Amino acid sequence: MLTIKNLRVAINNKEILRGINLEVKPGEVHAIMGPNGTGKSTLASVIAGRDIYDILGGEVLFNGKNLLDLPVEERAAEGIFLGFQYPVEIPGVSMTNFMRTALNEQRKYRGLDPMPANEFLAKMEEKKKMLEIQAKLTNRSVNEGFSGGEKKKNEIFQMAMLEPKLAILDETDSGLDIDALKIVANGVNMLRRPDNAFVVITHYQRLLDYIVPDIVHVLFDGKIVRSGTKELALELEEKGYEWIKAGLAQ
Amino acid sequence: MEEIAMLNIKDAITEHYHLNLDSIGKVDNPRIAGLRKEAFETFRLLGFPDTKVEKWRNSDLSRVLDRSYTFRVEPEPQNTNARDLFRCEVPGFDTTSVTVLNGWYLNGGKLLTTYDNGLVIGSLRAAFTAFPDLVEKHYGRYADFKSNGLAALNTALAMDGVFIYVPDNVVVEKPVQMVSLINMKEDSMIQLRNLVILGKNSKLTLVQCDDSIDDHRSFINTVSEFYIGENSHLDHYKLQNKNDHSTLINGSWFMIERNANLSSNGISLNGGFIRNESYARLNGSGSHADLLGLYLMDRNQHIDNQVFVDHAVPDCTSNESFKGILDDHASGVFNGHILVRKDAQRTNAYQNNKNILISDKAVIDTKPFLEIYADDVKCSHGATVGQLDAEAMFYLRSRGISFENSRMLLMYAFAADIVNKISIDELRNRIDDLVKKRLRGELSICDQCVLHCNAQEQRVAFNIDMSRI
Repeated sequence: MLTIKNLRVAINNKEILRGINLEVKPGEVHAIMGPNGTGKSTLASVIAGRDIYDILGGEVLFNGKNLLDLPVEERAAEGIFLGFQYPVEIPGVSMTNFMRTALNEQRKYRGLDPMPANEFLAKMEEKKKMLEIQAKLTNRSVNEGFSGGEKKKNEIFQMAMLEPKLAILDETDSGLDIDALKIVANGVNMLRRPDNAFVVITHYQRLLDYIVPDIVHVLFDGKIVRSGTKELALELEEKGYEWIKAGLAQ
Repeated sequence: MEEIAMLNIKDAITEHYHLNLDSIGKVDNPRIAGLRKEAFETFRLLGFPDTKVEKWRNSDLSRVLDRSYTFRVEPEPQNTNARDLFRCEVPGFDTTSVTVLNGWYLNGGKLLTTYDNGLVIGSLRAAFTAFPDLVEKHYGRYADFKSNGLAALNTALAMDGVFIYVPDNVVVEKPVQMVSLINMKEDSMIQLRNLVILGKNSKLTLVQCDDSIDDHRSFINTVSEFYIGENSHLDHYKLQNKNDHSTLINGSWFMIERNANLSSNGISLNGGFIRNESYARLNGSGSHADLLGLYLMDRNQHIDNQVFVDHAVPDCTSNESFKGILDDHASGVFNGHILVRKDAQRTNAYQNNKNILISDKAVIDTKPFLEIYADDVKCSHGATVGQLDAEAMFYLRSRGISFENSRMLLMYAFAADIVNKISIDELRNRIDDLVKKRLRGELSICDQCVLHCNAQEQRVAFNIDMSRI
């Protein structure tokens, strides 16, 4: 589904990603772990299409298409979803209008007619129920005045509405208490299907107690230095990132 | 009709004044005649403001004074049917509508109408004779022209406009809409004068529309005086949609008495050179003024909003919020001045001006100014100038919304803040629609016109260089 080959990315002449290789197949959940400042969020943003980076080399293929050639909105319509670490507040744009516009533009890209209003509203209700989201979230402007937890739940809600093929969740667990974390994780688990995939970026192992990954990667200094099963996350939790550093030094 | 030569426009106006004073001041009482004279002397002294005048530093009127304008003293024929000229369609919005054509009140010959509840709407010129006491009490009492050349010019030369009187204890249910139209066969300079009086415990919603239906260069210099009596409420809307060659000077003076309430919301959609001056005097304790504005300008258009709030007595509140989007070479000015006089304790005044510049050629000069002589006051002000938020753009696009639509959503959201404050649903929906059309590039100034004049219909669009965002 997603193939990243030797991706090298810089910002302000500083190389952040120094040769990333990653292969994500349908049905898989990947976890990317690593200390702060190693390029986790950069990787997520580059896949989604944020244009503040310089691509120095490498390629990102998504179902055979070169993602790096596509504008942000087309990547989304192809099925990429980025769950933001810091979701943006957009006063004046209602959640409903936002979601309907997004959904219908994606449908248009795929050659589908806009979703009828009643069908859309029913879908909103269904997803809200599924994610235990209160009505007030969708009656307001996008993220405006939302608490940290509400913003993250709202990301999961948007993901549920848009049904992406590949969702990249960038530190969705940061700033969440255990109840909110469970709701977010439950949402992901409910949305898992054999034909979609998730990349969960996290700093802590805690989230992985609830979203069980198939493969865990450790990103360090712009490179994936270790990949393994979920046990790698536990080992990392126990021994800390110093253990990785020590391993690299040898 | 006579031509005002372009180079000595002031001399030409002087000549016009002396030549036509008899017709201009035909129905003046002695005080108004004196006022005219004094105003004319003031205009002669001050002339048109140039950029050396502090409050005109960034609004260069000379760019519209370097041409000739015609000037007329004969009324419009009363058999002109305003409905044939223009219809301001607001679905479901039932109003009492009056039209001013080229500065003259038009109503099929009926110059003053008294409604069952006592409300009077009509021609100001007719009111000079019919309501001498009201005119004596209010006319020329608020629009201070001593340091204002354009207000002086208007006071010296104005002949007609709209007169509205709401007696004590009358709540006018149906909004009154006054549409000022310019439809001339040549470039013209027009002095329009309005007087709106609300007695005690009364209420009025007034929608003031300025539209052009011709394609000529016009210079409209409007002075409106509003008196809002004790416990009364004026809900005032200005909707400005003029052609690109037009100059609109719109001075509004509000006198707000004890426990009275003003809400004034100005939406400037299109126009060549627009200058709005609002003077709100909170003259009785417990009074409140909301002054809001939204401007969407592009090409070479110029918009200038001057807002002066005078907290003259204790325990009053005011709230100013102006927002604008400027594209291409458009330029804007915001000058917000709050004066809190020495005795005006427990004043609460808020002021804000926010701008989005779409192109790097667009400019805004924003200047908040607080002048406070009391010590127990709460005042705050702020001004921002920015581009569309890149983070928000990325967020919207990452959900699959196209660049164009993301930009539109953000601009609309920015503007919606002001539009949402319109309390009449039908009017809000209509303005909301006009704003959307304006942003989408679907609004034309001939949008509402049923008269197929030979003017080329202008498309009014924001042409945005996408590479810049």
